[in-house]
Amino acid sequence: MSKRVGMEVAIAAAEAAALCNIDVVAAYPITPNTHVAEHLADIVADGRIDTEFITVESEHSALSAVLGAAGTGARVFTATSSQGLLYMQEIIPIASAMRLPVVMIIANRAISGPLNIWNDHSDIMLQRDTGWISLFAENGQEVVDMLIQAFKIAEHRDVMLPVNVNMDGFQLTHMVEPIEIPDQAEVDSFLPAYKPYATLHPDRPVTMGAFAMPEIFNEVMKVKNTTLVNAKKIILEVWKEWESLFGRRYEPVTAYKTEGAEVLLLTMGSMGETAEMAIDELRQEGMAAGLLKMKLWRPFPFEELREASRGARVLVVADRAVSFGGPGGPLFAEVRSALYGEPKRPVITDYIIGLGGRDVMIEDFKKIVKEAAGMDHVPAECAYDIYGVRGS
Amino acid sequence: MTEKKWPETWQEVSPGCMVFTPGSAQEYHTGSWRLGRKPVWDKSKCIKCGVCYIFCPEGCISADEYGYFTGDLTYCKGCGICPHECPTGAVIMVDEEG
Repeated sequence: MSKRVGMEVAIAAAEAAALCNIDVVAAYPITPNTHVAEHLADIVADGRIDTEFITVESEHSALSAVLGAAGTGARVFTATSSQGLLYMQEIIPIASAMRLPVVMIIANRAISGPLNIWNDHSDIMLQRDTGWISLFAENGQEVVDMLIQAFKIAEHRDVMLPVNVNMDGFQLTHMVEPIEIPDQAEVDSFLPAYKPYATLHPDRPVTMGAFAMPEIFNEVMKVKNTTLVNAKKIILEVWKEWESLFGRRYEPVTAYKTEGAEVLLLTMGSMGETAEMAIDELRQEGMAAGLLKMKLWRPFPFEELREASRGARVLVVADRAVSFGGPGGPLFAEVRSALYGEPKRPVITDYIIGLGGRDVMIEDFKKIVKEAAGMDHVPAECAYDIYGVRGS
Repeated sequence: MTEKKWPETWQEVSPGCMVFTPGSAQEYHTGSWRLGRKPVWDKSKCIKCGVCYIFCPEGCISADEYGYFTGDLTYCKGCGICPHECPTGAVIMVDEEG
């Protein structure tokens, strides 16, 4: 039986990974992901799991090591944050190109500079186009659940792609939350042993990561993209199975109080819970406001977003990263693009908030939603603002 | 001369571009890359040191049964590193016919 415990979310993430019968872990500690790597190292050292923990000198090596291990048919896991994720960059698209089901947890943190250890989404947004499945957890429970789901999704024969699970640094990682930790038998029945498509073995020669000439590169990119797009079907299946086993529902876009909503707020990650409270208050004040929470970032949930935003007059996106010199925050740019073909699309605007750990309070969301509610037009350019900047 | 075969369609590309046939790179005859110049060995100057064999980036130089080195033009790209490195001038690049 699952056990409900009060646990720091980063520790819970390590406990969830330990439940997944992982063969190899390589991780380099970096704030705010440190406790994940440290606690997993403890679990391995204490002999609780039969896992090889490779201590590496960098994140580049961490991902390289688990990728190599995945090539031999091992179930692998790694964890990082911010600069560490950027240091992995060279290997990240290779993992998806090689179709090796690496699972990584990212404690989202602002990228330098200036140096900052606190939360925003600038680290993962730089990895947007690398062909990984990308999930965003809203709270500690979702971190645990999504991590276990991630292995099942990644290893599915129709997917065979790496998955990253995003948890907001500090706002989640260092928070003690009530979390239901599934027991080993439950996880074992949900997540069977990994059956790799191919393994590196002298008796069965295989080349992984072969060189590709221009004559085949377009075809290979088409395969990579189609596989990622089609992975949504498997993600939905896995989430359905999860719901039937554990009773917790997962959707690409979760709607909160959207019935009859004229103004919709869209968030991703831990801000969703604060945003819920803002929506509660706005509803009490008589405003027809609702909330959409994106849980699936890649593959992008076009249909679900279109469905969830239908009928709204204004859609206000809360971005947690800047696309400097671009059309708006990365979430906004994709949402607007996804809804562009809709005959009756809402006015879509963008507030870039909570950068580098800046607090986002209930009052901030209320202010944003009220301000956006009055908009009947948003310019194609400069459709965004960095919220709460002193002097502006 | 390039004999490499590509999948006809994208659906035929193997997952992760994995290659299950060992040594398939041999099917790609990189000798077609040569631009009209090829190396030739002068046995009278060759001291069988193997420097050309070590430096060849294609690995297409090997020793014959008497220990003299020679290149396999099926794979030689004509880069010219063998004459450049040969300590006795036993290898020279010459124009290919035609």
